[in-house]
Amino acid sequence: MEVYDGEFITELESIAKKARMYSIQMIYEAGSGHPGGSLSCVDILVALYFHIMKHDPKRPDWSDRDRFVLSKGHAAPALYAVLAQSGYFEVDELRSLRKMGSRLQGHPCMTKTPGIEMSTGSLGHGLAAGNGMALAAKLDRKLYRIYVIVGDGEMDVGETWEAAMLASHYKLDNITVYLDRNKLQLDGPTEKIMSLEPLADKWKAFGWHVIEINGHNMKEIIHATNEAKGVKGKPTIIICHTIKGKGVSYMEGSLHFHGKAPDKQEYEQAMKELGG
Amino acid sequence: MAWKMESQRKQYGKALVELGKERGDIVVLDADLSTSTRTADFAAAFPERFFNCGIAEQNMMDTAAGLAASGKTVFVSTFAVFGTGRCYDQIRQSIAYPKLNIKIVASHAGITVGGDGASHQIVEDIALMRVLPNMNVIVPADSPETYKVIKAVAKTKDPVYVRVGRADVPTITDPEAPFDLNQATLMREGKDVTLIGCGIMVAKCLEAAQELSKHGVDARVLNLHTIKPLDEKTIVRAARETGGVVTAEEHSVMMGMGSAVALVLVENFHVPMKRVGIPDVFGESGACDELMEKYGLTVDNIVEAAHDVLKRKK
Repeated sequence: MEVYDGEFITELESIAKKARMYSIQMIYEAGSGHPGGSLSCVDILVALYFHIMKHDPKRPDWSDRDRFVLSKGHAAPALYAVLAQSGYFEVDELRSLRKMGSRLQGHPCMTKTPGIEMSTGSLGHGLAAGNGMALAAKLDRKLYRIYVIVGDGEMDVGETWEAAMLASHYKLDNITVYLDRNKLQLDGPTEKIMSLEPLADKWKAFGWHVIEINGHNMKEIIHATNEAKGVKGKPTIIICHTIKGKGVSYMEGSLHFHGKAPDKQEYEQAMKELGG
Repeated sequence: MAWKMESQRKQYGKALVELGKERGDIVVLDADLSTSTRTADFAAAFPERFFNCGIAEQNMMDTAAGLAASGKTVFVSTFAVFGTGRCYDQIRQSIAYPKLNIKIVASHAGITVGGDGASHQIVEDIALMRVLPNMNVIVPADSPETYKVIKAVAKTKDPVYVRVGRADVPTITDPEAPFDLNQATLMREGKDVTLIGCGIMVAKCLEAAQELSKHGVDARVLNLHTIKPLDEKTIVRAARETGGVVTAEEHSVMMGMGSAVALVLVENFHVPMKRVGIPDVFGESGACDELMEKYGLTVDNIVEAAHDVLKRKK
């Protein structure tokens, strides 16, 4: 197992804290958006863009770059924050989220925003699109890898399982999926809306290598990804146990902030907690 | 008329194999219908560039999107009924919206599917596809034209929907003639009325024109193979020069080719017009000819529509 020094992990954590702050600022200024699901996947995004992925913000079209697809497109604020922090565009531009003429659409748009690899928003599409990229990489004998974040609500979608079958059928060991298992979807707890468990068994039955981790722990995210890279002949899914709204006390585990912007008072408290 | 009957699908298969030889970026996806759509020809020649997605059309369209986003020119095939309505959201979100280089070539469109019945006879696919921003819609008239259309769309970078049928169709175009994707083809000159057809109805328009000539009516025939982008110039010119228009399509009269033509004329040049097509109903099992007759897609239907238009011209 690779060892990471404490300083490196602390640095990633502080980038993630800032990404959380930007996400809340953007949603507050836009007056709408999805804070809960943005905050639950921030740590995975930061690990990907600041450590795991091979990419170059100055050359978003670099043909050998690793590809990322945010299947749960409503977490766009977190992705935009991390893209800006990485240098794909200025942090100042984050203020334009959801506004007329902005490159930062309410949900990711690949033709408008540098660094966005696939337009998403309608749920359940991203894994299949990632599979297409993985097939292309294999055809072209390229070594780049495909990373996809899916939400647990997307486990309701039939296409998710069609794509799960395709990835294992074509032995796509160049794709790694992070399942943001925050256990809440718009209408309530996932197990109440549509029973998903036993999720790990389901993915195993579909031919996937399955790893379960704490999705807010940088070391675990990185170690699991390294393990995935070593798996040959089958795709890997990392079930990341997360907390919806992670990092802002009153948003944690709250259904209320699935798709609602904080008001002024809530915003100020969030900034205080995130050190903004 | 003694036209040769040929398969559009066979020409699709042939064109795909040629493209596969010429270009390494061509990949093909199908959903367990490759022997019917003829993508099996490509699969046999280039197995590593062919991906059968199983009976999972939604998954197939998004997989196509990922391949296209990675620089591939992707041909996706299945029956028209499964390649449009069954995966409309995927086509909308992941193909049309990001304007990806994907060609949906759908076979078995319309009621000429025959015996399979209404579940397989899509009569609304042109409507569904033409309202999508960025999507192009093409309905080749016959087998040689299908070949030319496939070769032509492979050169574009845009999303395209190409509609072909199951049945063999009369060959009415010259395989050697040049083909312009963006321009309606003048099939017959005429000054009294214009018959505009697409797909298999172009041949019926030509037959109708000959029938009309026996009554001293000189009908122009246009092959409107490309329904989007629409060749408005040629349509308006025909309306101006002949004073009346009949459209004919193997599709619902609602929001198909005829509706597209009607809107152009309403906004640009008013002439009497009549749409020949399937009324607002589902099809049923039957032989092609029987179905064409019952649902109003015969030469007589076009002739009758032309007479109606001529009457209103006065």
